[in-house]
Amino acid sequence: MKYGIVVNTGPYTHQASDTAYHFTAAALGKGHEVFRVFFYHDGVNNGTRLGVPPQDDRNLPEKWSSLAQQHDLDLVVCVAAAQRRGLLDADEAKRHGKDADNIAPGFRISGLGQLIEAGIEADRLVVFGD
Amino acid sequence: MIKKFLYLNRKAPYGTVYALESLEVVLIGAAFDQDVSLAFIDDGVYQLTKAQNTDDIGMKNFSPTYRALGDYDVNKIFVDGGSLEERGLTVDDLLPLTYEDEDDDWAEKPSIRVVDSGELAALIDEQDVIFSF
Repeated sequence: MKYGIVVNTGPYTHQASDTAYHFTAAALGKGHEVFRVFFYHDGVNNGTRLGVPPQDDRNLPEKWSSLAQQHDLDLVVCVAAAQRRGLLDADEAKRHGKDADNIAPGFRISGLGQLIEAGIEADRLVVFGD
Repeated sequence: MIKKFLYLNRKAPYGTVYALESLEVVLIGAAFDQDVSLAFIDDGVYQLTKAQNTDDIGMKNFSPTYRALGDYDVNKIFVDGGSLEERGLTVDDLLPLTYEDEDDDWAEKPSIRVVDSGELAALIDEQDVIFSF
């Protein structure tokens, strides 16, 4: 099965990002293909590398980055949603005159067309978060 | 490959960002030439109400953008009649969304269809991809 994953809520306030992560890891573990994980709305906050959760708590952005590295997983953050919420890569930060970027390794910023494409290409598009 | 995409809009236009960011997906998605439908249920029906005025809440009134949907060939807009009724609204309270039908000499036609929950269930059932916002 070829899955597309959409994450619509940020980490920590809601458990949906954790569930999305576990679903994605389990699908890959079972040998399924994950075409793309697309982060929208507050879901883009899964892609910051600057979060510092307590040591006994999970670090969700790090888990996504690590999963991406292991499985060559495509983690895409919506550019419009990211800009509103201050999630920037080096190019975006430079373009908008900001003094820092914060995107985590393995994530990339792109447009909503990537979400539609995931809907077209995947056998199942699974949405997490409200 | 053409798939059937349904955007299910459930929330009021202001109060959360979902309505606005749903509309942004619809507009970008229109470029992909898929079979697109929009459905408005629950407080989502408020997204289409006429004469929205956001001056006092400091939010952008993005409701005029819905009028452009016809130009993007997004002309299958379903509104849940029960949700309208529960809120004391009728179709006359909604923006008069229209499109030009290329198969009928570009006649201007209404895009909005009021449906009941059974018709909505059938609509949802026939989709390939559902975005629920």
